[in-house]
Amino acid sequence: MTLTPPANSWASYPDAEGRFGEFGGRYVAETLMPLVLELNRAYEAAKADPAFATELGGYMTHYVGRPSPLYFAERLTAHFGGAKIYFKRDELNHTGAHKINNCMGQILLAHRMGKTRIIAETGAGQHGVATATVCARFGLPCVVYMGATDVERQKPNVFRMNLLGAEVRPVTSGTGTLKDAMNEAMRDWVTNVSDTYYLIGTAAGPHPYPAMVRDFQSVIGTEARSQMLEAEGRLPDVVVACIGGGSNAIGLFHPFLADESVRMVGVEAAGHGIETGLHAASLTGGRPGVLHGNKTYLLQDQDGQIIDAHSISAGLDYPGIGPEHAFLHDTGRATYVSSTDAEALEGFKLCAELEGIIPALEPAHAIPRVGEIAREIGKGGIVLMNLCGRGDKDIFTVADALGRTI
Amino acid sequence: MTVARIDARFAKLKAEGRAAFIAYVMAGDPGIETSFDILKGLPAAGADLIELGFPFSDPMAEGVPIQKASLRSLKCGMTLAKTLGLVSRFREADQTTPLILMGYLNPVMSYGFARFAEDAAAAGVDGVIIVDCPPEEAGPLADALDETKVALIRLATPTTDDARLQVVVQRTSGFVYYVSVAGVTGANSAAAADISPAVQRVRKASGLPVAVGFGIRTPEQAAAVAKIADAAVVGSALVDEIAAELDRNLSAHEGVASKVLAKAVSLSSAVAAVTSAERIG
Repeated sequence: MTLTPPANSWASYPDAEGRFGEFGGRYVAETLMPLVLELNRAYEAAKADPAFATELGGYMTHYVGRPSPLYFAERLTAHFGGAKIYFKRDELNHTGAHKINNCMGQILLAHRMGKTRIIAETGAGQHGVATATVCARFGLPCVVYMGATDVERQKPNVFRMNLLGAEVRPVTSGTGTLKDAMNEAMRDWVTNVSDTYYLIGTAAGPHPYPAMVRDFQSVIGTEARSQMLEAEGRLPDVVVACIGGGSNAIGLFHPFLADESVRMVGVEAAGHGIETGLHAASLTGGRPGVLHGNKTYLLQDQDGQIIDAHSISAGLDYPGIGPEHAFLHDTGRATYVSSTDAEALEGFKLCAELEGIIPALEPAHAIPRVGEIAREIGKGGIVLMNLCGRGDKDIFTVADALGRTI
Repeated sequence: MTVARIDARFAKLKAEGRAAFIAYVMAGDPGIETSFDILKGLPAAGADLIELGFPFSDPMAEGVPIQKASLRSLKCGMTLAKTLGLVSRFREADQTTPLILMGYLNPVMSYGFARFAEDAAAAGVDGVIIVDCPPEEAGPLADALDETKVALIRLATPTTDDARLQVVVQRTSGFVYYVSVAGVTGANSAAAADISPAVQRVRKASGLPVAVGFGIRTPEQAAAVAKIADAAVVGSALVDEIAAELDRNLSAHEGVASKVLAKAVSLSSAVAAVTSAERIG
């Protein structure tokens, strides 16, 4: 076993048109087409430039705080009584989530492209905070679009973005959640084509965003893979991550794709339960369609109208999923399951009480499924979960759900 | 008829030496029957062609007026299938006014491209504009539409340079829609002096008539565009008449159709008043 992952035929995706099998692509208004093509050229040039990797690596080490630790969750392991459970501790990054990995990469790219204004969408606010952070660091004005519903339920993050100098624009169009924030960011971009860089937070959108965000997030899986080899002398049996748009999951999965022995499991948000229709599980409860620049699985009705997602976690509250996950789902390379709001709350409490780590509600969705998998594969097995964010932002939501007042 | 109906209409306009007035309205806004009253009244109100929007939950390229129109339309149960039903009824009385459907890809993909092409042609649709389907992604839809001779009308924009324009005009017919400003519908307006060279560029590259839209709200603006392009498209200003009338009288739709059609008359009259001597191209 070497530290270098084996040759990865999965790494040949997407193709030149941005397709992962039938998914992905560039479904944007003509006004934006020259911009996404220009972005693709700029990203390819940056990838080929060793100076870009060196610069990014420097910020990852000294600003973001990478590598994040690989941590053996001993008490959680004992609680479930099965395989060893490891956490990849991306909640320890600067700003408290994996989102900064991608923002740091894209802000350096925006800088190289000479863009002078940054826009972003955010759901839970973690991507908005990470974007506001890098904009402050590089002295660029920043506008963050956030659904009015999310502004209300993620007040701490709104305040953090304001402290970092970003303007948060509440979006009331549509249903005032993440998808509407993304619509509004697209409207801004189409209006301000010359100076504005759209810093998308998840592994979705028109090509090259899904591939680019994946590449910037792959630091998670690349580190975890070598850390696991160092700690255990072997690869994990299963890697698990929560999925909204899917950026933390693809970042964990991608460096393991060619390791055939490694199973990968994505956990979508089942909200009140898949059967109720009030959920955010695009793969489990949706079908292929086109939204926000890419073809992927979407929650939609018979007429192709997008249905609102529902999740206790604002970060998973999105009716689509990154196109590479749609592809991994259809090819069977990864499997996708779900956890309800109630299960996520259980996971949240377990993690806090047994490990002394208050997780974000997003990765809390993965914990119940990690427990099942650990029992299923039994002692001697290894499960690796990406703990992609910390839960400070969620304490009000959790208190509310538990019927407590702070 | 299909694309031939568009060609015949532009040939007739050319012979008369005038530009077209294209009216955009949203199917099902503010109610299915009211929107049918608007649709059937548009030819008499001077619409040389009609763009009929079909609603989508996430209209990313639209400004507030058409976003709201889309939501009103969805609220009354409008679908792509029912939009085609409206077109069939429109065709019972009008065989000559070209009708273009305009909207987003997902409802069409959900309907199925082949079935859509057949049903659209059967209903009397002549062309289709899909905002979020650039040429690179249009292959499967274009193949289906070619089978039934429905035009796939492309958009060119201020960000479309000469090299890209060659890509944009491939496999297009009917006319080319020039989006006069970088932005959403119904927001900013471009100056005629800026639009004119772009129109000539698109006309030369495509060999097709060029319609100009986005940001044309007043009869004066429509007349200015009629001097330099083959057609002026007005959407948000018509849709705003619906919103304003609903604000005055929340429940009843009476009077909505006549307000929209009166606005269409004022716009079409201004376009028709532009003489061939005043026009470039």
